[in-house]
Order: sequence, then C-alpha cells, then structure tokens
Amino acid sequence: MKARVTVTLKPGVLDPQGRAIHNALGGLGFAGVTGVRQGKLIELDLADGTTEADVAAMCQQLLANPVIETYRIELA
Amino acid sequence: MKSAVIVFPGSNCDRDLAVALRDITGVAPVMVWHGDTDLPEGLDLIALPGGFSYGDYLRSGAMSARSPVMGAVVAAANDGRAVLGVCNGFQVLTEAGLLPGALMRNAGLDFVCRDVALTVANSATVFSARYDAGETIRVPVAHHDGNYTADEATLDRLEGDGRVVFRYAEPVNGSARDIAGIVNAGGNVLGLMPHPERLIDDDLGGSDGRRMFEGLVAALG
Repeated sequence: MKARVTVTLKPGVLDPQGRAIHNALGGLGFAGVTGVRQGKLIELDLADGTTEADVAAMCQQLLANPVIETYRIELA
Repeated sequence: MKSAVIVFPGSNCDRDLAVALRDITGVAPVMVWHGDTDLPEGLDLIALPGGFSYGDYLRSGAMSARSPVMGAVVAAANDGRAVLGVCNGFQVLTEAGLLPGALMRNAGLDFVCRDVALTVANSATVFSARYDAGETIRVPVAHHDGNYTADEATLDRLEGDGRVVFRYAEPVNGSARDIAGIVNAGGNVLGLMPHPERLIDDDLGGSDGRRMFEGLVAALG
C-alpha cells in the first residue's frame, strides 16, 4: 500500500522559487505561463491497515508546515 | 549564568555560540546532544545554534524540531526559561511551535552572507536590554532561508505587542515587515536570523553582538 502526499504552499504565500521558475520559462520563450507554484511530492510505502487518518496525522506533525503549507493525500 | 547549547547533526555554529557564552558569562555552557531527552538541572539559558541541521531536509529546522531533546526545550520555554535560537535555531523554534510564523527561502533566492544593519525595535527584553530602542547595530547574517512570513493578523499582533525585537535596516531576504528577530508572548524565547555570537570582539571585526549576552548575564545572573 502506498500513499502520495502533495505538499504545496497556501494561496497567498509568496513562492520565490515558483517565481524564478516562471521567469525562467519566460526566458525560454514559453509566454503562455501565467503563474508557477512549486511544491513537494512525498511517496510513502505503508504497512497494510495504515489509514488515511494516519497519513493525515503524519502530514500535520511533520510532512507539512501548517503555517505556510497545505497537503493532499492520495492512497493507492 | 548556567547555559546549554543544543547540538543537532549539522549544527555548525554551536562552537561559536559556546565560545561567546564562555567568554561573556565566565562559565562554559553544557553541550547537549539532540538525542538526549533531558536537560541539565538549573539552566538559565538554552541556546539553539546556527547551521544546517539534517541538511535542511524537508524544511529548515523541521527534523530538529522533532528531535528527542526538543520536548525538554519546549517544556523549559513554557516554564519561562530563556531560550535563544540563532539562524537555524530560529527555524527550529518556529518549527517547534515556540515562535509563530515560518522562515522561507530568501526572496532573491540567494544565500546571503554579510554584515547587515539591524534596528533594535524593542530594548525591553532580556535579550536586548543592553541596546537602545531605535539604535542601529551591525551583525552578520549567513542564511538561505531567512524570509520571515506569517499571516497579516499574526504580524499585526507581533508588532502591536512589541514582539518584533530586531528589524533589518536594509533589504536582506524579503522578510515580512523587515523582521529579523521576534520573541514569544512571554518574552523569554527569542529567535533571530543574524548571528550575534559572531561579533563579540572588536579585534575580530566588531562587538555589537556582545551586548546581547551581556544583557542576558545581567538579567539572569
């Protein structure tokens, strides 16, 4: 059993790295990009019986910083 | 004054902090490994040093904030003990929930390593008592993730309660409201990105950092 946790900055939190990527894409001639936000993808291998609530607790206690980030969990 | 310096894997300013504390307090601090679960008895000050603990993996300070010793540090802080976090130590204190907000990648994406001008915004804390309010001092910074951020309500509360202790007097890293250092609501926990321990001797470039430790000695004995 696996979980994919996507951690992204909350809306409104300035993302200097996303802005730099945006500028670089513009420099390569990709004029159609109107915004870039960079996040993290964390893949977890889980023992059977681990619940989505367990993964949510992991996100709240370590994987994401709730001051600036939100997370999304996909179980597979 | 009895002090301790917490040493995390990847701390690299722990020795500078220990030298500053030894020279100014007259007593060598106890070096406490992050894996310990207890702190020595009778500490007046707990200091979290700069560095790149755990290689800044996941987020700066995130791993260290969950290390075994931090339970005792949080308990001591909540008990009113003085806690000083410098640079990575500041990041650890925010990740541990002892200080609000977060320290993000510098707005210019550059690692900034130079002396910067700071304004003393509040000289009524145990950490800043030897400075004059409004005074400009010079202290080095060396960080990649010093861009302080918090929601507007938190920033307003910090400013309204006089919890912003040091501000950048020049552009450095994009920090909200030029915040360089803040204290907790009790005033006993200070986090700051600049390194006062690196500027304690005029023979080595300046001594504006020295007064922070002299003020702590005066306040804490």
